[in-house]
Amino acid sequence: MFGLDKVDTRTFLFVVAITLLAPFILNPFPSESALAQFNAGYPDLMQRFVIFGIFAIGFNILFGLTGYLSFGHAAFLGVGSYAAVWMFKLLSFNIVPAIALSIIVAGLFSLVIGYICLRRSGIYFSILTLAFAQMSFAMAYSVLSNPSFNLTNGETGLQVYASDPQYLKGNGPDNTHLFGLEMNSTATLEIGAWAFQFNIGFYVCAAFMIAAFYIAMRIFRSPFGLMLRAIKTNQTRLNYTGLNSRPYMLAAFVISGMYAGLAGGLLAATDPLAGAERMQWTASGEVVLMTILGGAGTLLGPVLGAAFIKYFENIFSKINDTVLHTWFSFMPESIENFLVAIIYPFVGKGWHLTLGLMFMLIVIFLPGGLVDGGMRIWNRITGKNRTQADPVADPKPAE
Amino acid sequence: MGILEIKDINKRFGGLQALGDVNLSVEEGTVHAIIGPNGAGKSTLLNVLVGKLEPDTGSVTFEGRSILGLKPHQINQLGISRVFQTPEIFSTLSVFENVMIACFAKRDGAFQLNPLASISNEKDIHEKVEQMLLDVNMADKRNDIAASMSRGDKRRLEMAMCLAQDPKLLLLDEPTAGMARADTNNTIELLKEIEEKRGITMVIIEHDMHVVFSLANKITVLAQGTPIVEDVPSKIKGNPKVQEAYLGGAHE
Ligand SMILES: Nc1ncnc2c1ncn2[C@@H]1O[C@H](COP(=O)(O)OP(=O)(O)OP(=O)(O)O)[C@@H](O)[C@H]1O
Ligand SMILES: [Mg+2]
Repeated sequence: MFGLDKVDTRTFLFVVAITLLAPFILNPFPSESALAQFNAGYPDLMQRFVIFGIFAIGFNILFGLTGYLSFGHAAFLGVGSYAAVWMFKLLSFNIVPAIALSIIVAGLFSLVIGYICLRRSGIYFSILTLAFAQMSFAMAYSVLSNPSFNLTNGETGLQVYASDPQYLKGNGPDNTHLFGLEMNSTATLEIGAWAFQFNIGFYVCAAFMIAAFYIAMRIFRSPFGLMLRAIKTNQTRLNYTGLNSRPYMLAAFVISGMYAGLAGGLLAATDPLAGAERMQWTASGEVVLMTILGGAGTLLGPVLGAAFIKYFENIFSKINDTVLHTWFSFMPESIENFLVAIIYPFVGKGWHLTLGLMFMLIVIFLPGGLVDGGMRIWNRITGKNRTQADPVADPKPAE
Repeated sequence: MGILEIKDINKRFGGLQALGDVNLSVEEGTVHAIIGPNGAGKSTLLNVLVGKLEPDTGSVTFEGRSILGLKPHQINQLGISRVFQTPEIFSTLSVFENVMIACFAKRDGAFQLNPLASISNEKDIHEKVEQMLLDVNMADKRNDIAASMSRGDKRRLEMAMCLAQDPKLLLLDEPTAGMARADTNNTIELLKEIEEKRGITMVIIEHDMHVVFSLANKITVLAQGTPIVEDVPSKIKGNPKVQEAYLGGAHE
């Protein structure tokens, strides 16, 4: 089906089902229970899951297949956001032209940066991409924001003001929308103690993510994808086999740049502003973490990694010492204080610490990422030995 | 004029004259062997032919056109394939995928942007790969990961990749090194068959004289970067210069 083989079709339908049912799956605890704070089924977070899923899927086409580690992909995401907000300012809050432009601009931007950075490989390539992204950040933060020429609105970030022309707005909504369907409108379904939220913005982003996943899947199974994997293994052999690795790399770079642009455009579509911090190196590092954590070179890994990190960032960071004290309040006071003291550094503001530890554990013990771990557990349970359920999975870390 | 003409090639590595005034003409449809002691410059000569090294002076023409300065992939697309001394294969990919890449390169050229095409729809490529694997006796290993194979098998795989491209000129750098006797004999049979059926011109570097004398129509002896003798196999054996080169080489 859809030009995919049986296993791939099943994987794809699985992703579609999980994504569409996310408002249920991510909301397992009743609203009033103590565990409700672990629910992730609210619009803002769910949007982030799928948007960063797109970002990581695209990054994986470059890093997972070719092994070229870009440390500057956030630049393309940022550029996508700026492009989208400009469309809101000039045309209207309809997200279609905004997203189209984010993809195009990010594609062109990555074409230029990729052309230059791909003159080198290995660590030099990574450093070049990092340098370019930091330059873009600096430009967005200050250079391109001055009274005579204000493209990015500097520190404040680009946003839509009432004085903006919005030539095509007419009587359209005052919020981002898809042909009138407002992105922030949410329907709530209450079943017993549970409240499930269905948000237009989430479903629009989810549709994009499903499309992005499908295209990535096709790329993985195409001759083009095979050449990208060949580059990762032995670029010399590829060249002596009559293939020019340069345009293959550039195409992979641009495709992944366009994915980042789409993610940036969607970020703006759900919340119409764009700031320079989206281009910062920490943001570029985050997508690297997502991909490696989930499983570089696997199909599902990046999506899983993105959801995992965003969940930590938003849920663990909210657990403060008051919350901890209520959890352990049934214990004697001294033990309660002791437990809180031990756990506290790892939650709340310390969530980075937990994430860092988990990242280390995964890289050391599960070089294939969460997907690899899941596969091992699955094999243990079923007693089967399906080491290669995903034939593209390559559990070796990239060099 | 031969299909490959090498004229006055010189190549220095610092103080070492790796190639000195090399002149060589390879006739179309023949097997031309290059022999010589270790360090004679045999692999260096092949490196010049495939665009890995630029010579300091001299010219190389293939089918009448100069190939100096071309990129490796361009030279390959002209019809020159090389089997390396240490196997160069896609070690994390399967045997099947390795050969498939060579088939795509032959059919689609140096670059093809087809990210949405499906490999499983490429019936003709699949058939060609199957056929190639049968030819080199590797059909049973089609799903093995290349890195997991013996050195001899890796070499056979590399040969299959080169042959899958139907090259006009095949450069073989010690194709039987690391192979068991039986595999060596199979390789000789395979190369003989290729030469007879498809008429592919070959340049073969080999230390195993059994291989050389079974295949070569002509032999060039290289010593310290310079060809010292070029003759038909029957006249090479007794040539005193050749024996001296090998003994001299062994002393160094
Ligand atoms: N890239 C290089 N840089 C410096 N020296 C080199 C380089 N390549 C080869 N050499 C030197 O040139 C000489 C010829 O090397 P070459 O590999 O061509 O020998 P060979 O005839 O293939 O020997 P063997 O039978 O051992 O493969 C050697 O002394 C080698 O060390
Ligand atoms: Mg050699």
